[in-house]
Amino acid sequence: MAAEEKFTPQTWPESPEQATLEGKNKFLGFWLFLGGETVLFASLFATYLALKDSVPSPDHALAKDLFELPLVFLMTMLLLTSSLTSVFAMYHMKNYNFKKMQTWLFITVMLGFAFLGCEIYEFNHYVHEYEHTFTSSAFGSAFYTLVGFHGAHVTFGLLWIIALMIRNAKRGLNLYNAPKFYLASLYWHFIDVVWVFIFTVVYLMGMVG
Amino acid sequence: MANLQTNSGEPKVNYEYRRKKSAEEMRMQVVTFTMMIFFTVIAFAAVGAGFSKWFILPFVLLLAIVQVIFQLYYFMHMSHKGHEVPQFFMYSGVLVGFVTVLAFLTIIWW
Amino acid sequence: MSTIAHTQKRGFAGTVWDYLTTVDHKKIAILYLLAGGLFFLVGGIEAMMIRIQLAVPNNDFVSAGLFNEIITMHGTTMIFLAAMPLLLGFMNAVMPLQIGARDVAFPFVNALGFWLFFFGGVFLNLSWFLGGAPDAGWTSYASLSLASEGHGIDFYVLGLQISGFGTLMGGINFLVTIINMRAPGMTYMRMPLFTWTTFVASALILFAFPPLTVGLFMMLFDRMFGAGFFDVAMGGNTVIWEHLFWIFGHPEVYILILPAFGIFSEVIPTFSRKRLFGYSSMVFATVLIGFLGFMVWAHHMFTTGLGPVANAIFAVATMAIAVPTGIKIFNWILTMWGGSIQFTVPMLYAIAFIPSFVMGGVTGVMQAAAPADYQFHDSYFIVAHFHYVIVGGVVFGLLAAVHFYWPLMFGTMLSEKLGKVTFVLFLIGFHLTFFIQHFLGLMGMPRRVWTFLPGQGLETGNLISSIGAAFMFVAVIVLLINVVVTQVKNVKVGMDPWKDGRTLEWAIPSPTPFYNFKQLPLVRGLDPFWIEKLEGKTEMTPAEPIGDIHMPNNSFTPFMVSLGLFIGAFGAMYHVDDKGWAIPVLIFGLVVTFGSMLYRSIKDDHGYHIHKEELLDDANKGGTR
Repeated sequence: MAAEEKFTPQTWPESPEQATLEGKNKFLGFWLFLGGETVLFASLFATYLALKDSVPSPDHALAKDLFELPLVFLMTMLLLTSSLTSVFAMYHMKNYNFKKMQTWLFITVMLGFAFLGCEIYEFNHYVHEYEHTFTSSAFGSAFYTLVGFHGAHVTFGLLWIIALMIRNAKRGLNLYNAPKFYLASLYWHFIDVVWVFIFTVVYLMGMVG
Repeated sequence: MANLQTNSGEPKVNYEYRRKKSAEEMRMQVVTFTMMIFFTVIAFAAVGAGFSKWFILPFVLLLAIVQVIFQLYYFMHMSHKGHEVPQFFMYSGVLVGFVTVLAFLTIIWW
Repeated sequence: MSTIAHTQKRGFAGTVWDYLTTVDHKKIAILYLLAGGLFFLVGGIEAMMIRIQLAVPNNDFVSAGLFNEIITMHGTTMIFLAAMPLLLGFMNAVMPLQIGARDVAFPFVNALGFWLFFFGGVFLNLSWFLGGAPDAGWTSYASLSLASEGHGIDFYVLGLQISGFGTLMGGINFLVTIINMRAPGMTYMRMPLFTWTTFVASALILFAFPPLTVGLFMMLFDRMFGAGFFDVAMGGNTVIWEHLFWIFGHPEVYILILPAFGIFSEVIPTFSRKRLFGYSSMVFATVLIGFLGFMVWAHHMFTTGLGPVANAIFAVATMAIAVPTGIKIFNWILTMWGGSIQFTVPMLYAIAFIPSFVMGGVTGVMQAAAPADYQFHDSYFIVAHFHYVIVGGVVFGLLAAVHFYWPLMFGTMLSEKLGKVTFVLFLIGFHLTFFIQHFLGLMGMPRRVWTFLPGQGLETGNLISSIGAAFMFVAVIVLLINVVVTQVKNVKVGMDPWKDGRTLEWAIPSPTPFYNFKQLPLVRGLDPFWIEKLEGKTEMTPAEPIGDIHMPNNSFTPFMVSLGLFIGAFGAMYHVDDKGWAIPVLIFGLVVTFGSMLYRSIKDDHGYHIHKEELLDDANKGGTR
């Protein structure tokens, strides 16, 4: 099969993710999917903004009572760095250096897990300290849905990258799996894009009221 | 080898050139990353320092938009050629999303 | 696998298995046509029940509660499970052939899209047997649907969620196919109009379905997991649902009408034997309608109380849509002008479509005037308006397409005589049913009303309307008879059965080989097949020598992915009743879905090649099957 052909760094094409028609299709299809995801998250953001701080009674915690800068800052740094490490991974993918690519992907995954851990801690904190839950108010529903959708995307991204790493651990790079790695990395960047807006719109703007 | 998109007849030269080009791009991306971290720190600092609300809101939003543009154009390679269609659809998505957010900020309560 | 062994005769079970696992866009098209047709009949029976109930005043043919369920399911079924899948079916059948592609970009995803739609639709309709159908109208406004008891609304939410995923995948698939897989020479401005409208409708699907997904998730969380998005007591806001629904819902009506426009733009030039008048303005108008489609959703909400500024903006934007639509209407008329017109069945539908649709468009502009809309809102005038655009536009388009593309899909020709009977009955029935409803609305008959009192001047109008519905019902029966008779006779008609085919789909042998084009055709302009015909040729000039063709393998995974969601949805729904088995079932369903996806992801599937020799060999035997 042409797709499983072995390469050397010299013969490896410049844009391996788009070297085959299948790769080209996947590349474009995935970008279109991200266009749709943009609207999906925009709808969630819109709903969050509409329902921000709308609680049934004044004893419920509001955005400015809940959020704390240090934790959010830490989470932001983790996710931003993981975005850079996945860029490194793709750099090595394009240079046909499978080992280094796997290493950087591994670091990306670890950072992703750290982020997820923080998020779980954060949610747990809100639920127990402030009784701010999914069912306590419309604000709670909107907050957990927006941030939780992002968290679910992170989880899916992690599982995806791990599955790719394990599946291809033995056989290395070829034109069949190069697009898959590339798309997983695009997805990971997109998660970061969404997070940039979450930390700005939800947390920073929530702090100022 | 129909897959190989070579510009020069000499694969070796082409290879060297590509290595160099992607190394350069990598440097660019590290710079981008540094700037993104920098913007993030400023945004958090602005909120932490307790400036006026009407300064902070547009300021952090602007920083977020710049960051996202960096992410899209450098990390996700939208600046490369062959990304015209992705650009078109991303911008369309952003437009629809923007209209949605605008509506939810203005005509949800009456 | 890598032979043309597909061509062997198979038993019934073999054929079923073939369709369950197929990734061939032509077979998926047939599946869409079958499933969409089935749901169309179900929705039609619901429509008949509505009209029987409303035929006379104070009728008690169905109870008030059941009536609510019927109108809800009629709307939901017709939009989501009949019109859209049928259009997706024709897109699948025709669009890849029109652009000279061997397949769609993602054959696997294509099959997945179908099965998701199918299981979503079945799930939704199972509500009839499992404690009652949804009863809050097809718009399912939150304040009403949150108060609805039983599981009806849950069926609506979960069923639409599942089938919505399928539609979204279908949309992305078509977009990529059109962008990446056009034959040599097929530039954007040479694409047939049906391909263009598929393109724009798919882009609308891409951007319109996510808001629906979000809205449905919120409704699901509110109803099944105690969230408070729309619950005012918790600080929620029911208008959010209205906005999300219509941000999706308005583009949705363009998702329906644009492909119908595309179908007419193919039918009219073919049977006028003239190239489409104003091709580039048609393309421009299509894109503009698609763009404006996202800017007008709030005209469904004029009476919500958005304020005069918002109402004014949306009113103007809505009226603006009349401009590109008008461009299209004039282009169709000018295409026919001076042409040598053949009154075949598809052409009859096209000719009837123009005035019918214009009437729907004119009442649309009337409603766009926000102050006037306060009078029209929620009355039968609205019912008349949207049936004029959807039946007069979309259904006429679908019926035209059924007759026009039948030979392409099945190799046989539907009877023109019976087709004309259907046409006449349907046209009469349609205007009889809906024209009078404008006046019923203006006289004050509210929409979605279960019954009405005698002596208020509504009797005659309603009776006429119900008689019209019976005409349409008979017309559909005649169409079914036509289909059965044609398929039993099974007279094969061969290539280019209408003799005046202009585009690539008519330039390939009938039945279409499963690889579509042995050699990709060279496209030299708009209406490529017509160009070749003008030069006295009978087939396209190939753009490549005969070579190996890469084909995807069949797969059962799409069925399994969809089945998993179908099973899981029951778990999510009955979880509210504190049933012990609900959560395990939900988890089991999700495991099946994600397990199948993982299987797909880690099991390599490179497809297979049809070798050059086999193709040459095949040519001598004269096609496959």
